[in-house]
Amino acid sequence: MFWHDLGIWIAAALTLAVFSFLYRDNLLYKAAEHIFVGVSAGYWVARLYNDVLLPDLIYPLFDPKMVKLAHPQYLLIIPGLLGLLMLARFLPGGFWLSRWPIAFVVGVSTGTYVPVAVQAFLLDQVGATLVPVVVHRAAAAGGGMDWATSLGNALLIIGTLATLSYFYFSRPHVGAFGAVTRVGILFLMFAFGAAFGYTVMARQSLLIGRVEFLIFDWIRPTLAALGAG
Amino acid sequence: MLQEQGPTIWDRLLRVPRWVIYLIIAAAVIFPFLHPLRFPVEVSQRTRQLYDYIDKLPPGSVVCLAFDYGPSTMAELQPMAVAVTRHCFRNNLAVAGVALDPWGAALCDAAFATANSDGKKKEHVDFVNLGYKTGYSAVIQGMGLNIHEVYKLDNRKTPVGDIPLMKNVRTYQDLAIVIDLASSSTPQAWIAFAGARFGATVSAGVTAVMALDMYPYLQSGQLVGMLGGLKGAAEYEKLINQPDQGALGMDSQNLAHGAIVLLVLLANLGYVVTRRQARRRQER
Amino acid sequence: MGLVRLRIPLAITFVAGVVLIVQFFIPSHPSMKLYAASQAWLRIIGAFAAVLGVGSILKTHLERVQRAHQQWPFSTLTLAGLFVTATLGIGWGVQPDSPADWIFKNIYTPLDATIFSLLAFYVATAAYRTFRVRTMEAGLLLTGAVLVMFGRVALGEMIQPHLVPQSLEWLFTFPAAAAKRGILLGIVLGVTATSLRIILGIERGYLGAE
Repeated sequence: MFWHDLGIWIAAALTLAVFSFLYRDNLLYKAAEHIFVGVSAGYWVARLYNDVLLPDLIYPLFDPKMVKLAHPQYLLIIPGLLGLLMLARFLPGGFWLSRWPIAFVVGVSTGTYVPVAVQAFLLDQVGATLVPVVVHRAAAAGGGMDWATSLGNALLIIGTLATLSYFYFSRPHVGAFGAVTRVGILFLMFAFGAAFGYTVMARQSLLIGRVEFLIFDWIRPTLAALGAG
Repeated sequence: MLQEQGPTIWDRLLRVPRWVIYLIIAAAVIFPFLHPLRFPVEVSQRTRQLYDYIDKLPPGSVVCLAFDYGPSTMAELQPMAVAVTRHCFRNNLAVAGVALDPWGAALCDAAFATANSDGKKKEHVDFVNLGYKTGYSAVIQGMGLNIHEVYKLDNRKTPVGDIPLMKNVRTYQDLAIVIDLASSSTPQAWIAFAGARFGATVSAGVTAVMALDMYPYLQSGQLVGMLGGLKGAAEYEKLINQPDQGALGMDSQNLAHGAIVLLVLLANLGYVVTRRQARRRQER
Repeated sequence: MGLVRLRIPLAITFVAGVVLIVQFFIPSHPSMKLYAASQAWLRIIGAFAAVLGVGSILKTHLERVQRAHQQWPFSTLTLAGLFVTATLGIGWGVQPDSPADWIFKNIYTPLDATIFSLLAFYVATAAYRTFRVRTMEAGLLLTGAVLVMFGRVALGEMIQPHLVPQSLEWLFTFPAAAAKRGILLGIVLGVTATSLRIILGIERGYLGAE
């Protein structure tokens, strides 16, 4: 209970220290900011060790029984060495050693990305744009023209083509092509406006979360304890 | 001699001091916590799509929740995680948590603990936290090949082969759905590598910032429903009939939005009027 | 030296990239084992790459303390936070109720969450100061923003229940999605082209300076 209450008070103090930045930059905020950087890095190291290096490298190499393996996986020495080579960047004149693991990572990442990106982001997305502009409601739903979906599909095709055209800079945006790109701009402006509205929503939610913590986890229990005491 | 005009009300509308705006926002957020307004929450089509999919899953199915976010966005995403987990527990679905962000694993534990506050569900039987792994797409692809190869130990260092829940869960074919709770572009990675490459069913719970980015994938059917922001969490809580942090924050969200829209509209009103007045002065 | 410092890394990228593209089209048992191994190795190397970032923070703040930089007292806080958290996490683990978990819940979480929550104030002042309807495009931008800010919460839903949310959903699913899809297709084409240039050794920026 002591550690829990101490934790809440420390959390509240740090929250208020950060909020003090709204008034102006100050020592409390600077201290909080620097603690944040240090703790973040330290926790990440702890996670990397416990969640990745121990079960995926150290145990399979030196204590395979801990991960239910019959024999040591000596092949893992290679990625282990490549990983250590990555750290050679910190050695004077050792920068070039890190190029080998980087080359491996980049090669593997791009090699797996290309076919999947074409499949998921190009073909599937283009396929989803090839939609009919005359859509009828199912008989069970009353039949007749589904105007909303028909208009929507038309806008989807026009908007996708117009927006793509806007980003084609190898041709001047004049004449008929210019008119198409102008339509693309209108679609983009509406989408960016909606995205901004969503951004406002998101940021307000973050503030709401902190205020909830201060009121329900710190102020109210403290007042209740004082009242009870 | 012409008398110089002081600032008019329209000029003042354009120059509201920063601290006044801060106070307005703070008041809009704090007031409903002291005096709840209970604005209604209408459920969107996309939230209902995800809810219906999970609701129809047979008992014993395993749902994978990917905790790809940190404390900076937990205000929006943690309530979603809790609501979805509660739904799964209610319908006797098992939940496996994974994390591509180092902070996600701890948030996964917190979400499961909150959803299981009555202690009725057992760890390793009804839920498991498989922990964090580096590599993003390498993790997602590895899970498509063999989940036990990617996650040899869970968050408590229990060998995954010894976990009853994971005995028959080896690839995406053994997972009913993967729901990525994300504050960055990880949903696209899950859609591409888990969905397109390995045929997994993918959904997403995202921050409001990213919600609009998901619509091309919703329209193409690559995502099965979506929860967007704190509102998405509130909607899901309404569907499972357990209002919690999502619903609690919606009153403040309403007031804050109203305040900002009002400020922007007033500023534009001031802008239009002062521009017109300046034009008239020039013409004279 | 050109062989070891440049040619071999370029060859590694080329071979790895081509092998994995070809693997996609030949999912035989041996090729799937190669695929699985490549992803496993990537995860391990990724852990060391993450350590690079931490090492960089360590280096910067150690230098500040050693050189008695103006901000050196704050750098000691950073270093203390790093060492204490890392030591506790490595020594006692990161599972629930561990000391590192306590630090995560009571120090890291409030700091991270609060720093980002400041944006609520900044986005409000930014919207107020910059959102002016000077052109038709700006008007459209404002319309989209107001529609979302009003329509996605109860304020808009109370104006006309069902109609407002359904209309918004239609706007997001069709016109807004069209714009997002156009951007997405452009990005994918660009990234795919760049990926192929990297595999073929035309693009070498990822190797860093000579």
